[in-house]
Amino acid sequence: MSWLNRVRQSIPFLPKRETPDNLWHKCRECGTMVFTKEYQENLSVCPKCDHHGRIGPRARFEQIFDPGYSTLPQPQVREDPLKFRDSKKYTDRIKAARQSTGEQDALINASGTIEGERAVIGVQDFAFMGGSMGMGVGAAFVTGARAAIEARCPYIIFTAAGGARMQEGILSLMQMPKTTVAIAELKEAGLPYIVVLTDPTTGGVTASYAMLGDVQISEPGALIGFAGQRVIESTIREKLPEGFQRAEYLLDHGMVDMVVHRKDLRERLAKLVAYLTPQKAAA
Amino acid sequence: MATYLDFEKPIAELEARVAELRDTAAAGSLNIDAEVDKLEAKAEKLLRDTYGKLTPWQKTQVARHPERPHFKDYIAALINDFVPLAGDRAFADDQAIIGGLGTLSGRKVMVIGHEKGDDTASRIKHNFGMAKPEGYRKAIRLMQLADRFGIPVVTLVDTPGAFPGVQAEERGQAEAIARSTEECLALSVPIVAVIVGEGGSGGAIALAAANRVLMLEHSVYAVISPEGCASILWRTAEKAADAAEAMRVTADHLKELGVIDRIVAEPVGGAHRQREAAIATLGAAIGEELDRYAGMTGAQIRSERRQKFLSIA
Repeated sequence: MSWLNRVRQSIPFLPKRETPDNLWHKCRECGTMVFTKEYQENLSVCPKCDHHGRIGPRARFEQIFDPGYSTLPQPQVREDPLKFRDSKKYTDRIKAARQSTGEQDALINASGTIEGERAVIGVQDFAFMGGSMGMGVGAAFVTGARAAIEARCPYIIFTAAGGARMQEGILSLMQMPKTTVAIAELKEAGLPYIVVLTDPTTGGVTASYAMLGDVQISEPGALIGFAGQRVIESTIREKLPEGFQRAEYLLDHGMVDMVVHRKDLRERLAKLVAYLTPQKAAA
Repeated sequence: MATYLDFEKPIAELEARVAELRDTAAAGSLNIDAEVDKLEAKAEKLLRDTYGKLTPWQKTQVARHPERPHFKDYIAALINDFVPLAGDRAFADDQAIIGGLGTLSGRKVMVIGHEKGDDTASRIKHNFGMAKPEGYRKAIRLMQLADRFGIPVVTLVDTPGAFPGVQAEERGQAEAIARSTEECLALSVPIVAVIVGEGGSGGAIALAAANRVLMLEHSVYAVISPEGCASILWRTAEKAADAAEAMRVTADHLKELGVIDRIVAEPVGGAHRQREAAIATLGAAIGEELDRYAGMTGAQIRSERRQKFLSIA
């Protein structure tokens, strides 16, 4: 806070300035300044270059669901069983992430309808410790898949994660088979599992539930891969090809069904859900 | 000439001294047997003490020991009539993952595992045990084959991790790992996995989503290598020892966490010191684990496996 602001704030009879710090949004890709309000109205996509910004679960639910959806309760998991500490304690990192995002962990589920079609949607929150997959995320994934089975509707997951949550050690690796079991249950129940890959999706998340969708959708430009780019560069000691591990590159290589602009996502999901929802057996 | 790890220097010195004295005794008429025996006992005690309290980082080094038995050694000693099966039917045969049909003390098995190689040429051939998508796709193919014919699957895991490369990404490294894990979980035959050296991340779990997960006493199993973890969280790979400690990569910790089911003891001083004994012990352990499933239906076997991973939390 500048001295001027400090003085201003301490004068009781002056009206408080209402201007938030984030009045403007600067595009990460092209640097264009846009009014935050206008940017959000444009679904957090840069109006100039179409760069798809990262959005959290709440914004995503608003964009995809019809009004009247409801978020599912977060499953409780053991906290910090490893008593992990690097430069900071893991418990402090979680506390900070909870404070800044207002969420319990990095995956939130909600249930509702998309253009009238019922679905359970899970959204990973990159703002929560890089969306990393630990026990909280694994448990929430199972909760989401089972809620979909209960409601006889598809489970749609929006992925966004750097990978496994290292602070939970091997227990984070165990979320790969755990979430895979939930997908198997969904498929055996005859229900579709749809994945929407968003920027970025890498590591153990990509190598498990993010690549097992019946239909794989990606947002434009999203970084999607198994190994990190720096790791690959240091292994092969050369520059990576242009557009490597981007959504369009995955489409070219047959790894996703389609790359869909955020403005078309709701409609596309509704259509897919309508196609894939099992026919009600004739009574 | 044996390879000694850094922390084994005092043991190496004692053992060299014992060998030297034995030579002297054999050459001359001097009777120093009692002395040598004493020294030998001391060396053995030091070895036992050292290996009795290895730090997680030391265990990581033992797990990577160049003379530690590898997949090929286990196959040669434990599996009769091994018939190797190659290729993913789509792109290539990945030598980082080997598999085939064989007999383990009278039991038909499909054995699949990572091979790291043991000299420069074979390490390059096997890509240091770092598999590419075609390796995991071969594993999937072999698991499906085993499932169709009711043959139990045994996997031996020993990899620093899946290969990080441009072509591997291009061909869907992540998808291949995910599908391999999915296949492990779908089998109606029992699958027993053993971490025999390094259990490196997704590259390991792709073969280790098993009914029973065993670990050799000095092997390690982790979500990321200690070096990788250190360079991300500590910003320097030099903190690898701290990362190994913090991540709990050793068999005893993982057993406590309920992630593995059984620890298979290694001979004093590690599997690389008494390879035959280590291999035989593991063979017996795998046999016992497989026998647990006699009389269980495919549905029961699969459900047991799924419940196990659902309940790890």
